[in-house]
Amino acid sequence: MATVDAGSTGLIDAGEMPWRRLLAAYVAEARSECLRYLRAPGFLLPVTLFPTMFYLLFGIVMNRGGHADIARYLLASYSVFGVMSPGLFGFGVSLAIERDNGLLTLKRALPMPPGAYLLGKMLMAMLAAGAVVMLLLALAMGLAQVSVAPGQAGQLLLTGMLGVLPFCAMGMFIGTLVKGQGAPGVLNLIYLPMSFLSGLWVPLSMLPATLQHIAPIWPSAHLQALALAAMGLSRAASAWPHVLVLGAYAAVFLLLAARRLRRHG
Amino acid sequence: MKQHATAVASLVGAVKNYGSLTALDGLDLMLHRGELLALLGPNGAGKSTAIGLLLGLIRADAGRVELFGEEPQSLRARRRVGVMLQSASLPQTLRVGELLRLTMSYYPSPRTLDDCANLAGITDLLLRPYAKLSGGQQRRVQFAMALCGRPELLFLDEPTVGMDIEARQRLWTAIRGLVAEGCAVVLTTHYLEEAEALAQRVVVLAKGRVISEGSVDALRSRVSLTRIRCITDLDEVAVARWANVASVEREQRYLQICTDAPENLLRRLLDADPAVTELEVRRAGLAEAFTELTRETTTTQEAA
Repeated sequence: MATVDAGSTGLIDAGEMPWRRLLAAYVAEARSECLRYLRAPGFLLPVTLFPTMFYLLFGIVMNRGGHADIARYLLASYSVFGVMSPGLFGFGVSLAIERDNGLLTLKRALPMPPGAYLLGKMLMAMLAAGAVVMLLLALAMGLAQVSVAPGQAGQLLLTGMLGVLPFCAMGMFIGTLVKGQGAPGVLNLIYLPMSFLSGLWVPLSMLPATLQHIAPIWPSAHLQALALAAMGLSRAASAWPHVLVLGAYAAVFLLLAARRLRRHG
Repeated sequence: MKQHATAVASLVGAVKNYGSLTALDGLDLMLHRGELLALLGPNGAGKSTAIGLLLGLIRADAGRVELFGEEPQSLRARRRVGVMLQSASLPQTLRVGELLRLTMSYYPSPRTLDDCANLAGITDLLLRPYAKLSGGQQRRVQFAMALCGRPELLFLDEPTVGMDIEARQRLWTAIRGLVAEGCAVVLTTHYLEEAEALAQRVVVLAKGRVISEGSVDALRSRVSLTRIRCITDLDEVAVARWANVASVEREQRYLQICTDAPENLLRRLLDADPAVTELEVRRAGLAEAFTELTRETTTTQEAA
């Protein structure tokens, strides 16, 4: 057996990491997370195609009269619809699958810095949300001749990229409840009804009164209010109540998910 | 052996229950610098649970778990550890080089990319997407990820599953090199020849306890059987009734006899059939020892 001198070979600082390398680890994790999804058509295609196809169909093809206001309203609606899915699916499905296939266990065994895994997924969802909003903006301005000021476009983009966060938290919580391949089904059961009930497909004012009354419980309804405000279509006095509700949604689901992850893995 | 100063990780009286099932029943285990320990045992013996405790993936219900003198959940301690788990599916769309760089970024002073690739024999795979690799190649990539952080303690859970003989030999050479540098290695494997080839110390678990611990030779010597193989026309049923015969098996022209008194048996065999050819006498290997040991515990437990 090899003789080993476990003596004074600088073991005192073993396991310490300079902050630059620590930061680099966060960046590397986020970079890999973005790369792997950009290369996965199974994720990227549904996320970008559904909102753009719906917008083409209902905002442009079916909008025979070419009413710019309808195209404008639907730009906000479908932006919200498109932003929800990278949050719910990007987080929920991948967490559910990675809890099942051993990747999360490996990440927990490796000395990955705390939170890097979740931050990486969050960044990826924000980028995907940004891409969906950009695509919709391009369709609206290019094909439907909606006039959008640069400031409005920027505000819609910001709304989308930050607005994805409460849905990330929801997706994460569901990802801790469901394991493996069952997650997409469960998430669709939430995604599609919630989209309808918060007036993303049919304007709220055209829905039955009871549905209009309960709409404020859906986070997507609040995000839509913000998206409409960005497009200059809001009659509300202030955006803050909606921002606060969305922030609360994000915080509550994040806490619930973190607790379940810590307890059950 | 000077064990006191060199422990890198330890389990002391570790107990872990899953509901009514006891996975670990007061397990004591010490891992030392520069030592390769093979952890063997039938399925459900508690190997994975023991590794899970040492890696901080699960917490013990009772007992003490230490990794470099700290809690295994500590990031500082885990930065000195490399891991190759049994079933981990890595991001399929990432390239091998990207996966390695990501893992390297977690460690304070990792090896260079070329170094890792050389050691694991994957220099030609760095640009390939992980999904396009064969099972054995994926295992080699996982091995490279395990050693990239210059670990002082390496956990290898069934490392050579799916590898061809050449790849397995290369991996064994790499493992021996790491051990010679002072890295401690914990190996679990179903291939007993792997433990035989690599391990300095073997710990056999059954039902969450250590049932045997020692060098490969010590373990082997606990089983006093010898295997005799030859071509003979003797009737196996008759041979099975001879004294000192533990078991007899016939494979076409070959007869295989297991005995605890090979000298006596050989004399009788050559007397009974002067035409014996291709005679082969071999001490029982780790495989026989292992079967014997685990059989003993099951039968004593059934008797109890």
